[in-house]
Amino acid sequence: MRFMSIVTAPRSQQYGHPTPELLEAMGKLADREIKAGRMIDNGGLMPIDQAVRITIVDGKLSVLDGPFVEAKEVIGGYSITEMASKEEAVALAIEFMQLHKDHMPGWEGTCEVRAFAGFAGS
Amino acid sequence: MTAADTHRAVLAAWRVEQPRLITSLARMLRDVPLAEELTQEALLAALEHWPRAGVPDRPGAWLMTTARRLALNHLQRAPMLERNHAMLLSELEQEQLLPPDYEAMLDDDIGDEMLRLIFTACHPLLPYDARTALALRMVCGLTTVEIARAFLVPEATISQRIVRAKRTLSESGLAYETPHGGELAARLSSVLEVVYLIFNEGYTAARGDDWLRPDLCGEALRLGRIVIAIAPDEAEAHGLLALMELNASRTAARTDAAGEPILLLDQDRALWDQLQIQRGMRSLARAEELGGAGGFYALQAAIVACHARAARAAETDWLRIALLYAELSAVTRSPIVELNRAIAVGMAEGPASGLAILDRITDARALKTYHLLPSVRGDMLRRLGRHDEARAAFEAAAALAGNKRERELLLRRARETV
Repeated sequence: MRFMSIVTAPRSQQYGHPTPELLEAMGKLADREIKAGRMIDNGGLMPIDQAVRITIVDGKLSVLDGPFVEAKEVIGGYSITEMASKEEAVALAIEFMQLHKDHMPGWEGTCEVRAFAGFAGS
Repeated sequence: MTAADTHRAVLAAWRVEQPRLITSLARMLRDVPLAEELTQEALLAALEHWPRAGVPDRPGAWLMTTARRLALNHLQRAPMLERNHAMLLSELEQEQLLPPDYEAMLDDDIGDEMLRLIFTACHPLLPYDARTALALRMVCGLTTVEIARAFLVPEATISQRIVRAKRTLSESGLAYETPHGGELAARLSSVLEVVYLIFNEGYTAARGDDWLRPDLCGEALRLGRIVIAIAPDEAEAHGLLALMELNASRTAARTDAAGEPILLLDQDRALWDQLQIQRGMRSLARAEELGGAGGFYALQAAIVACHARAARAAETDWLRIALLYAELSAVTRSPIVELNRAIAVGMAEGPASGLAILDRITDARALKTYHLLPSVRGDMLRRLGRHDEARAAFEAAAALAGNKRERELLLRRARETV
């Protein structure tokens, strides 16, 4: 089963600036998962100020440049994994979030684990 | 959390940590089968403890502490046969005073240990079925029940295989080490063979309706990725990974809604997993960069890649496939590869050329009872308009087909050939 785990945090959390300790710990965790054959891709995203949004509202397509001051939750990063079960994906997400708790005190956020559509067992 | 949730959480944490537990204990105890046994005890402890106390914040550290304590207890109980045993014990006791440092666990690059573990599980001394069971258990962290379910055999059969394999490993006094030089190549090919066997078992088996049946293709892919992560310069390891990724990319297209198989050329290519195809292509390119284009797995991967590149079945580069099969045939000298080459040549140059190749392998012993030989032959004869011979070939194929569904399909083709 393939999963995408998406980390979001309130805009005020400045997820774009993780502490060096957190970066290092996340790097090690990702390295372990890649070497274990479970993680296929992962990455952190640049701050939302630099994002571009292409939307359709009322049948009208529009392209909007950041910053999006109204955005409350901002995606900070993601990982794509292939796991034998949802529980494995959740276990990894817990481990990942525990690193935030340890290395970025006061940080608040959410890691959402989503299964890819169209895969056996999902 | 319900009891079932906790149980699944334990197994998930277990699968993540288990290779590290075994390698760590193997290093302490210098005994892989024993290390494996004690890590299993740590799993049992978690299964007993976590439902009552809740899943710990750091499941990995919990499992590691427990496993190390079990190893320590074992050493304390065992008679002091050797002096270094006592030394080992005192080192371990000191280590035990400190809780395992989670960060240190992440730092601990288990690459070399993992390679040793894989080489041990796939040791050529062990029979194939034991190697696959041990690899799934020691490297992938599958339980005996899960392995039995995956291979559709009774649990007792798998337990026995594992017990026997571990006894062989213990009694033979095999060094738990990474082989070097020429030995390395031979041992690595045994590892790749095991991974390939596991993948094929998952790939060819009809998908059961048992949703708890572990996905062997997924496990084999995971093993393949582990091998290239720790042995990144081995061309054939990349070739095998490429072959598996490219074959697995078609999974969603291989059966219809009723579970009936759909042949490659009839598949809806929109259902092929492009992300996986890209990964397969990257692995294949890596194998070729490393000089392994002519390897057993890389050649097969290159053939599958020809299909993956074709947006429509009609765009398939059959000429290239035929050439690749010729190369593969020279490597394997297998009449089954020749049979496949005949199909490709038949597609590239026409049925008469394909038939000429088939005529040369008709007497091969390995194909005497193989229904695909007369089936392919029937196909070529039909395309050449030699209908009577084609019908006879389809009937001969039907008589050899082991599977009812295939037999019916072949008899229908015989009837339709008029």
